Amino acid sequence: MAKLKIIVSATSLFCTRIEWALKLKGLEYELTVEDWDKGKSELLLKSNPAHKKVPVLLDDGVAIAESKVILEYIDEKWKGGDLYPLLPQDPYERAQARFWAQFADDKCVFGTWGACCAVDALEKEKAVENALESFAYLEKQIEGKKFFAGDKIGYLDLVAGWIPHWLGVMEETGGIKILDAERFPSLHEWAQNFIKIPLIKECVPPRDFLVNYSIALLSYLRSSALNKP
Amino acid sequence: MADEVILLDFWPSMFGMRCRIALAEKGVKYEYKEEDLRNKSDLLLRMNPIHKKIPVLVHNGKPVCESLVILHYIDEVWSDKCPLLPSDPYQRAQARFWADYIDKKFYDLGRKLWTTKGEEQEAAKKELIDSLKLLEGELGDKPFYGGEKLGFLDIALVPFYTWFYAYETFGNFSIEAECPKLIAWTKRCLEIENVSKSLVEPQKVYDFVLQLKKALGIE
Repeated sequence: MAKLKIIVSATSLFCTRIEWALKLKGLEYELTVEDWDKGKSELLLKSNPAHKKVPVLLDDGVAIAESKVILEYIDEKWKGGDLYPLLPQDPYERAQARFWAQFADDKCVFGTWGACCAVDALEKEKAVENALESFAYLEKQIEGKKFFAGDKIGYLDLVAGWIPHWLGVMEETGGIKILDAERFPSLHEWAQNFIKIPLIKECVPPRDFLVNYSIALLSYLRSSALNKP
Repeated sequence: MADEVILLDFWPSMFGMRCRIALAEKGVKYEYKEEDLRNKSDLLLRMNPIHKKIPVLVHNGKPVCESLVILHYIDEVWSDKCPLLPSDPYQRAQARFWADYIDKKFYDLGRKLWTTKGEEQEAAKKELIDSLKLLEGELGDKPFYGGEKLGFLDIALVPFYTWFYAYETFGNFSIEAECPKLIAWTKRCLEIENVSKSLVEPQKVYDFVLQLKKALGIE
């Protein structure tokens, strides 16, 4: 039985980044996939009582939650020698990677999702504008580099790694356009390079599956929003 | 060449206080620059163009933003004394998890206590108390979250104590009654000089919030 387990959902962009990290470190692991139709599992509720969210890493039964916390845990526990480093060595570069990872999650992920969910035309336009502003910052960060971490992928690439696969699905189902190759050429090129990497590509959920899930979720959220008094 | 360290800050900010404590613990000499948030300095706008917020640590001209990122940076640069994070990866993960939890919950919930009334305020109060209880549970029987000494999570949490009086008064409740062990822990922290000299007085924070409410037109 694998010592490492990740509690995941089939679609969450926060979960796949954990798989990528473990694969980069050459670590074996098992997935335990939540079935949202059955409600949250006992294991999830016990392992992450504070947030009750995925992903959770179980290392020999010990639970670590919050994807960016898990990434740092993995990087610190399995380090040195030939082991693949996720974060850079230099403290200032580490600070930059952490800052931009927080920014990418807070502004880009939730900014895009907010724009998808928005129903009112004016609200949607404003949300897209905000998301575009956030992506512009990310574009500046990747300019002149192959990957955020340099020649090879690292922590910030994993955190931004939802963009090449999940963003397209959100754009299609949410009726928005964010990652324009003309507007964000460096980000666009980074996305192409990132998703081509075999261990990255092999972990992403099938696109159709994501599309169907996204359509169902958006429809549910929009109808709840419309039904609000 | 001597290090040039500047902290751009605003006196009642819990996030700024975190940095003040960490720098004091590490014995780092720095220049404290008070920002007027209604009239942000050129330096702040240049050093944190993305968020335009304090605190910002400027080390030899290079900015580090976001208080928990700053705490990590301070710990990693001035690593020769007083480690803020423990050495064990799991303990480090726990400290980071709970610091992130505080950031996700406390500021916004606390803000609702003095900006809202009625049902919304009651809901925020309940959620804040539940969150505080969770954090109190995490402390267990340890003197500090860092064990025998002050650590990363202690530094992340203790500045919120300066806002408790304001929260309690506007929310009409007692945090000590709900979380006595947590208040006992804050008293232990305040006995540490680097903490007490870095925190501001709760009464001053309360007066500041009163002023802010007037300025924002909140009853």
